[in-house]
Amino acid sequence: MIYLYVGIAGSLGAMLRYGIGLAFYQGDAVFPFSTLLINLTGSFLLAWLTGFVFTKATISTPVQSAIGTGFVGSFTTFSTLSVETVDLFQDERLLLAFLYVLISIFGGLAMSKLGYHAVVRSESE
Amino acid sequence: MSGILFLLVGIGGFVGAIARFAISQLIKQNYRFSIPAAIVFVNITGSFLLGLLNGLQVSTYILLLMGTGFCGAFTTFSTFKLEAVQLHLRKQKNAFIFYILLTYIGGITLAFAGYRLGMFFH
Repeated sequence: MIYLYVGIAGSLGAMLRYGIGLAFYQGDAVFPFSTLLINLTGSFLLAWLTGFVFTKATISTPVQSAIGTGFVGSFTTFSTLSVETVDLFQDERLLLAFLYVLISIFGGLAMSKLGYHAVVRSESE
Repeated sequence: MSGILFLLVGIGGFVGAIARFAISQLIKQNYRFSIPAAIVFVNITGSFLLGLLNGLQVSTYILLLMGTGFCGAFTTFSTFKLEAVQLHLRKQKNAFIFYILLTYIGGITLAFAGYRLGMFFH
């Protein structure tokens, strides 16, 4: 049953990612802002949920898996990041490719850590 | 019309999320690694597959179903980052650096390899 929950939440996460991609779509855009935005917000959200919400509130394990692993896990993506980086390289936009990878590496870690900091702040109050 | 496109992404996402969950359960229950090996596995294989689909220049429908839907949901960025932060918080610095480098270098290299392979067979 838990697999079904993860699957349903995963399909919603994927459709939301697709929808945001369409909303941000610009034919002449070269930098993948949409994936970056999705990945950074999703990283914050998952860290905050896992570190705070799921430890404080009584939420059953299947629901936790559905929201965290299913929804947020599928909302964010790594394969698109890899392919977009390759595309930038192939278009000889080396600087943008490096910038994209660097922001993903450090920005993603920072957003994930911020999710944890939200925990510390909430606990000290 | 766009409802069908969303549906394709949703179906692919449904299967991708379940596959990622199943693989991570399987690896966690049977093996012990110093890094989150399941997430490395899904992220680099998913990158290869998406590169391959792009190289093959598959139709929009297939790309939405298998690329945006399946590969997009099979791979994950948020869990990857969270597990990296958790390694860092446990002071496992070498594992932390290895995990990040392996995922990025492996993912981008395999996406490129998949793309070239797809172009070859296109």
